[in-house]
Amino acid sequence: MSEKAKKTEKTFVETRYYNSPEGSEFLLESGIILKDLKIAYETYGELNPDKDNAVLVCHALSGDAHAAGFKRGEKKPGWWDDMIGPGKAFDTDKFFVICSNVIGGCRGSSGPNSVNPATGKPYGLSFPLVSIRDMVRAQKQLMDFLGIQRLVAVSGGSMGGMQALQWSVEYPDMVASCIPIATTYKHSAQQIAFDEVGRQAIMADPAWNGGDYYEKNHPSSGLAVARMIGHITYMSDSSMENKFGRVLKKEKLGYEFATEFEVEGYLRYRGDSFVKRFDANSYLYITKAMDYFDMQKDRSLSFVFKNVKARFLVIAFSSDWLYPPYQSKEVVRALKMNGVDVTYCEISSDYGHDAFLLEFKEETKLIGHFIKNTYKKIRKAT
Amino acid sequence: MTAVTADALRFDHRIIGEMVKASSVVLDVGCGTGDLLEYLVQEKGVSGSGVEISEEAIYSCVEKGLSVSHGDIDSGLREYPDKFFDYVIFNQTMQQVQKPCDAIGEALRIGKKVIVGFPNFCFVTARFQIFFAGHVPITPSLPYSWFDTPNLHFLSIKDFERFCGQQAIRIEKKLFTSGNHRVRVFPNLFAQNGIFQLSR
Repeated sequence: MSEKAKKTEKTFVETRYYNSPEGSEFLLESGIILKDLKIAYETYGELNPDKDNAVLVCHALSGDAHAAGFKRGEKKPGWWDDMIGPGKAFDTDKFFVICSNVIGGCRGSSGPNSVNPATGKPYGLSFPLVSIRDMVRAQKQLMDFLGIQRLVAVSGGSMGGMQALQWSVEYPDMVASCIPIATTYKHSAQQIAFDEVGRQAIMADPAWNGGDYYEKNHPSSGLAVARMIGHITYMSDSSMENKFGRVLKKEKLGYEFATEFEVEGYLRYRGDSFVKRFDANSYLYITKAMDYFDMQKDRSLSFVFKNVKARFLVIAFSSDWLYPPYQSKEVVRALKMNGVDVTYCEISSDYGHDAFLLEFKEETKLIGHFIKNTYKKIRKAT
Repeated sequence: MTAVTADALRFDHRIIGEMVKASSVVLDVGCGTGDLLEYLVQEKGVSGSGVEISEEAIYSCVEKGLSVSHGDIDSGLREYPDKFFDYVIFNQTMQQVQKPCDAIGEALRIGKKVIVGFPNFCFVTARFQIFFAGHVPITPSLPYSWFDTPNLHFLSIKDFERFCGQQAIRIEKKLFTSGNHRVRVFPNLFAQNGIFQLSR
């Protein structure tokens, strides 16, 4: 086959699974032990012989291990395909990019919908609560399994950014650079409040049944409402106005309780499509993990970052009111107090929190160069 | 990344490059696309970072491998501890700051030395333009029309020296330029730019 034909031939990605050694125990931040840890992951690009070109990408609340490329038989690419691939920000011609499903998730890693080895049935609410730190420590096991001792970069948006920040303090020697995007170092009251409304929507659905629904009807309407609320917080006043305004689905008002406005239809569509791919219990577990997230606790924020060795690229978006830029700026300030090499950019965007998935051109300008420069520095130092 | 040589560099950058000691820690306030900072990093081995308000300019800095913080000058200095930098540089930006007195005060807090470069409003051509032509001066160092200028403050070399005296700021070095050469006599009349090294 010619080189050109090879390049144009479509290659498919597939999700792989890491299983911790049988009988091994994973100690969670809560003190509870999780047995038989399983992690779903995908990789893109090639790990070089020195194993020094790995980049870890962490997903947000509703994401999964499928960050880029196409799976066989699927029409939509992974959730950050605009950013990961040959010549893209996370350039797979140069870097070995890894993405794994978080624990507590529902897309192949240990979570409430996975089978409890003790009972042979899905865990449901008997799955222990997890934290962002637990997610990161599980990813560390995956890195050990892959033989990766140092990451060129750890990056992610939203909850993925929380994991990236946690990585930088949990394993400072392993992280050469950290790229937290549209994120925070601790969940604020407003962020917890929105999560709680989502959780209550799920738990108010009779089908939720205390989390025990896997052999029955799933709490789809509750989960759909949770997702609708989520989507409102991911957009902005102006992005909603531009996208929908007051446009009606029909020609005129029907004076009935039907889906009349475009924005209503959009939210319903988003809710309905979400329930097909996401587990309601997982939504509860992951939002709880985010709400527990507080790197600062009762310490000064600069103390939190005193041992980090990574260089940082912190990105926020001007219209993001769910994870407002001031939260990123506080991280930047704390890093500067420690003399950490940090770059901060607030990208001007109307898309609200969703911008981290949409403003890929601007993100690419920053991240592409930043990672390549980081890698140069690593190679120079060794 | 292309190598930066002093020849290709703006004359004021070259002069600042001579003021800055090798391997020092530098903050360039209003660093723009990072040309000066890149030169200082590559040629003087400084550990450099910048503060810049323009998003597009930040992209250029990141491309050059520079560390830069997006923010305005008036608030961008507060986050650093005392005497964190060997040099804090304000090149052609001080006249655009809301409160230059506060900004220089903060710079002297976070930096051991502060380098300020600014256009001289009382350059001879400017004086002629006001006196004979009767319009607000437009010169190579002050190229903007009154209705579209980033400059908020207009000062002369004499004004700045008087300011330093009033604020008890020590002037360690002062150099004057016009185009690509140094000006040594009557700088307040013949220099387009003043570059001062300050400490407290």
